[in-house]
Amino acid sequence: MVATAPTEERIWQLLEEVTDPEVPVLSILDLGIVRSVRVEGEQVTVSITPTYSGCPAMNVIATEIRLRLLAEGITKVTIHNQLSPAWTTDWMSAAGRRKLEAYGIAPPVDGTATGHVLNLFGKDTAVRCPLCKSEHTHLVSQFGSTACKAHYQCDDCLEPFDYFKCHA
Amino acid sequence: MLRPMQVAPSETPALNNYSPEVRQQLFAYVLQLADTSLILGHRLSEWCGHGPILEQDLAMANIALDLLGETRSLFQYAAELEGQGRTEDDLAFLRLATEYRNPLLVEQPNGDFAATIVRQFLFDTFHYHCLVELHKSPDAQLAAIAEKAVKEAAYHLKWSSEWMIRLGDGTAESRQRLDKALATLWRYSGELTTPTATEQALQAAGIIPDYAALRPAMDAHVAHVFGEATVPVPQGVFMMTGGKEGRHSEHLGYILAELQYMQRTYPGLKW
Repeated sequence: MVATAPTEERIWQLLEEVTDPEVPVLSILDLGIVRSVRVEGEQVTVSITPTYSGCPAMNVIATEIRLRLLAEGITKVTIHNQLSPAWTTDWMSAAGRRKLEAYGIAPPVDGTATGHVLNLFGKDTAVRCPLCKSEHTHLVSQFGSTACKAHYQCDDCLEPFDYFKCHA
Repeated sequence: MLRPMQVAPSETPALNNYSPEVRQQLFAYVLQLADTSLILGHRLSEWCGHGPILEQDLAMANIALDLLGETRSLFQYAAELEGQGRTEDDLAFLRLATEYRNPLLVEQPNGDFAATIVRQFLFDTFHYHCLVELHKSPDAQLAAIAEKAVKEAAYHLKWSSEWMIRLGDGTAESRQRLDKALATLWRYSGELTTPTATEQALQAAGIIPDYAALRPAMDAHVAHVFGEATVPVPQGVFMMTGGKEGRHSEHLGYILAELQYMQRTYPGLKW
C-alpha cells in the first residue's frame, strides 16, 4: 500500500490526530508530549515524555500512535519513553490551552508551578472558572481526578471544575 | 497492576563505563529504591475507597500512582543493569520478602489517618531531599528518573507537611492520634539516612548523594513543620534498621502475598 517511505513531516501530521484519552479535545502535540520523530528508511521512532511518572494514559497513547501509523501502512514503529528533560506545562501549545478551557478544564496558569518551593498553606493560584470566567475560585484539593489536575470550585457560579496543574 | 510494556524503556545512555562490581551495587540500589516506592505505593492504594473524605482518598490514590510510576522506571532500569533477562514484572512479582530491600518504614501498616500521614511525612522528607540531589547524579538514567519524580515528590511533601500541621495543631483528638503515630513510627525514620554498605560504596563513588549532607535541609524542614504543628521533635529514640538489607517486619510478607498472588498462582499471566 505504501509506495514510499514516510516522511517526518507526514508522521507529525498523523500524530496531530492522536488525542489524549483523558482529555480527548487535546492532541498529543497540543499537550507537548512528543519530543522527537525520527525516520530511517521504513523505521519510525517516536519519543514521548510522560506528563506524570504514573500517568496510565501513556500506554494508551503509545498504542494509539501505533494504530494511527499502522492505518497508513507504517508498521516498523518504536516508541521511546523519554524522561529527561522532564515534561512541563510550558510545552502545551496556545491552541491546546484554548481547547482545554472550552472543554471545561482550566488551563495551567504560567509561573505558578509548585516547583521546589514548599509553600505550606500558601496562597492558591488564581484560576479562572472555565464556565463563567470568574476568578473568584478556590482550591478544593491539589490532587484531582487524574495526576495532572487539581480540583477547584468557582465561588460565583459554584461550578466544581478541574484545573490542569502548572508543572515546570 | 503493572502492565505489559507497550512503551519501550528510555534509550539509556552509557551503561558501559561501570565495572561489574559497581554495576552490581547500582543494580542493588536501584532495586532498593524501586521496592521502596512500590511498597509505599501499595500501602497508600489500600486506602482507596476508605479515605476520611473524598478529596483525601483521591490524594492518596494520586500519590500512590506517582510512586508506582517511579517504581516502573526504576524496575525497568534495574532489569537493564542486571542484564539477565528479568523484566520489571519479574522483579516486582517473583522475589521473596527477604530479597526486598525497602526500609522498614514503608511497610508499616496504614493504621489510622494520622499514622499514614506520619509515615508519609517521614518518607516524603527524605524522598524529596534525596531526589533533589539524585537529579545531579552522574548516572544519567538515575538523574532522569529523579528529575521527573522530584516534581511529584514536592507535591507529596507539601501535602503530608500540611496534614502534620493540621493534625498536630488541630483538635485534642487529632493531636492525640498524631502523638501516638509518632511514638510508633519515628523509630523507623533513621534507617532512611543510614547508608548500607552498598550505599556507602556508591556514595564514595559519587553516584548517589551523601545522606549526611542531606540532613541539615531535612532536619530544618522537620523542625519547621513540627514547630507549626506545636509538636516537639522526638529525641533520643532508638532507630530500627534492617529493611534495606532484607530483614523485614512480618508486615511485608502479607503485602507481598496480596501483591504477588496472581503471578504466583498463574505464572506469566498477562492482562
